Amino acid sequence: MLTSQRAYLYNLLFLLGVFVLSVSIGAIYIPPGTLLRLLLDQLPGLDIESNWPAAFASILFKIRLPHAAIITLTGAALAGSGAAYQGLFRNPLADPYLIGVASGAGLGAVLGMAISWPNDLLGLFRIPAMAFLGAILTVLLVYNLARVARSVPTTTLILAGVAVSSFATSMTSFLMLRSTEELRRALGWLLGGGAMSGWEPVWAMLPYILIGLTILVLSGHALNVLQFGEEQAQQLGLSMEITKLVLVLAASLSTAAAVAFTGIIGFVGLVVPHVIRIFWGPDYRHLIPLSILGGGSALLLADLLARVVLAPQVLPVGIVTALVGAPFFLWVLRQAKSVAFW
Amino acid sequence: MLEIDSLYVAYHGQEILMDISISIRPGEILAVVGPNGVGKSTLIRAISGVHPLRSGRVRVAGMDLSSLTTLQRSRYLAVVPQDRLLPAAFTVWQTVLLGRTPYLGWLGRVTEADKKIIQRAMQMTYTTSLANRRLGELSGGEQQRVLLARALAQDAPILLLDEPTTHLDLQHESGLLNLVRSLVQEKKLALLMVLHDLNLAGLYADRIALLADGRLHSVGEPFQVLTEENLSSVYHVPVHIIPHPDYGTPLVLPDGRVASGEFMTPPALSWQGFELGAKEIQ
Repeated sequence: MLTSQRAYLYNLLFLLGVFVLSVSIGAIYIPPGTLLRLLLDQLPGLDIESNWPAAFASILFKIRLPHAAIITLTGAALAGSGAAYQGLFRNPLADPYLIGVASGAGLGAVLGMAISWPNDLLGLFRIPAMAFLGAILTVLLVYNLARVARSVPTTTLILAGVAVSSFATSMTSFLMLRSTEELRRALGWLLGGGAMSGWEPVWAMLPYILIGLTILVLSGHALNVLQFGEEQAQQLGLSMEITKLVLVLAASLSTAAAVAFTGIIGFVGLVVPHVIRIFWGPDYRHLIPLSILGGGSALLLADLLARVVLAPQVLPVGIVTALVGAPFFLWVLRQAKSVAFW
Repeated sequence: MLEIDSLYVAYHGQEILMDISISIRPGEILAVVGPNGVGKSTLIRAISGVHPLRSGRVRVAGMDLSSLTTLQRSRYLAVVPQDRLLPAAFTVWQTVLLGRTPYLGWLGRVTEADKKIIQRAMQMTYTTSLANRRLGELSGGEQQRVLLARALAQDAPILLLDEPTTHLDLQHESGLLNLVRSLVQEKKLALLMVLHDLNLAGLYADRIALLADGRLHSVGEPFQVLTEENLSSVYHVPVHIIPHPDYGTPLVLPDGRVASGEFMTPPALSWQGFELGAKEIQ
């Protein structure tokens, strides 16, 4: 079996395992065997003897499954776009959170909510669109602030990211504090405090994330060429304008959809692509899809921790990812000097 | 094959290259030489389309380069760059594969035919055994050969090399240039290379273009360009030219003893130097 095939197999199996864990563990434990029979019971024509409590079905289908789905999609979107931003900026510390795109998307989403609170599916579709707008504006601003001649050095990238991110976050807080009761409820959400519940947000974020991530997965070759710098990339026949536009749009779309429904969750987009890179190498044709799978697993794990550590109290998942991710960030910052695996 | 016609290039509003006209035929090696900072690398960046022209024209097989897209241009011109920004973790195979970018499309789908071309390019540059090594593990000479393989995989009739022998020792220097020379003859490439070393230029180039102060000082066969008169005036150092004992190509010997007294004194420290500087400004 090829190394790349094995990589996909491992990552898929890991994602599946963590997904099952995430669905079965909670205030009420549903054993994996029962999970399987609950699922089979949904199939028409199969007659399964139901020896489980009646509440299991509604816990599984109304709460656990949509929650796990939204967490998986969010992790996938953040890690996929993180890998793409790293490739685009040729900087190992680019992450949707650190470069401020997530905060920009958050501001856009809150603006969307401030205009009118989403009460139906159509309203839910509008939030990621506004978040997308916020994300695009932020990434353009940060890129142009951080650029020095033809490269984007780490120092200016992080500085610009922090400054723009703080600005967007303050604007968001301002909007929330002086507005209606409903928006104040959104504060917990914005800090990465648990996703919205039910299936509607899943359907609302799915198209955005599918489009964004599909484009990123298909852009692996272009990202590879880009790793040799813009001049060499042009000499190899890659048009910089088109390439950058496609990558920025797709990465920001994925980030925005994730932020719109689960708030601002940091470090997933930084940590996951790095771990994948260490294990499976720098080839973006595999790095992007593997990061997407790994991102789903990682955020599911973080979410599981957030739910069980102080049970029955649920921590915002952003706290868990930051607790793990911030030390990792510092480690990468030191490693960045010896760029052996980058 | 490659025709450069009264090219002007500016950088931050300052003119770097002025009125450069050179042409190169298929199967010919043209070396561009000149003092540091004279704009040799800028010439390559301008020809390859990554630096805009102020005026003038670059034509490839009769077509104006400015009318071509980035993708089309990359099918005619391949570049082995000097300031090498290489992602250390990429393998040699992954790197040479990128030379096929002009033909692969956005998705980068590699066909069997592409693989054959990549393998051939690696054979020609003796990099086949390096295929699975990472760029960061390679020596300067090996990296240079990998970049040459990538340029060959691009299958372009024109090859531009920017200081291909920097950081190479004597053995790898002549190894690389012999390789380049045989490739040019075999594939009938038109090759422009920037060289620092005048003796290597004399030995390997069919013609030499000498740049001075952003202008084309002289162009022609090695013996016509590498003359004592030309080089002393361009490099401000007296030189002797002697024929190569085996090939008869010009060898340049700087006259060190005279240079240290009369020419190497920093201008700010002596009235003589100050006058020299003042003359240059005029």
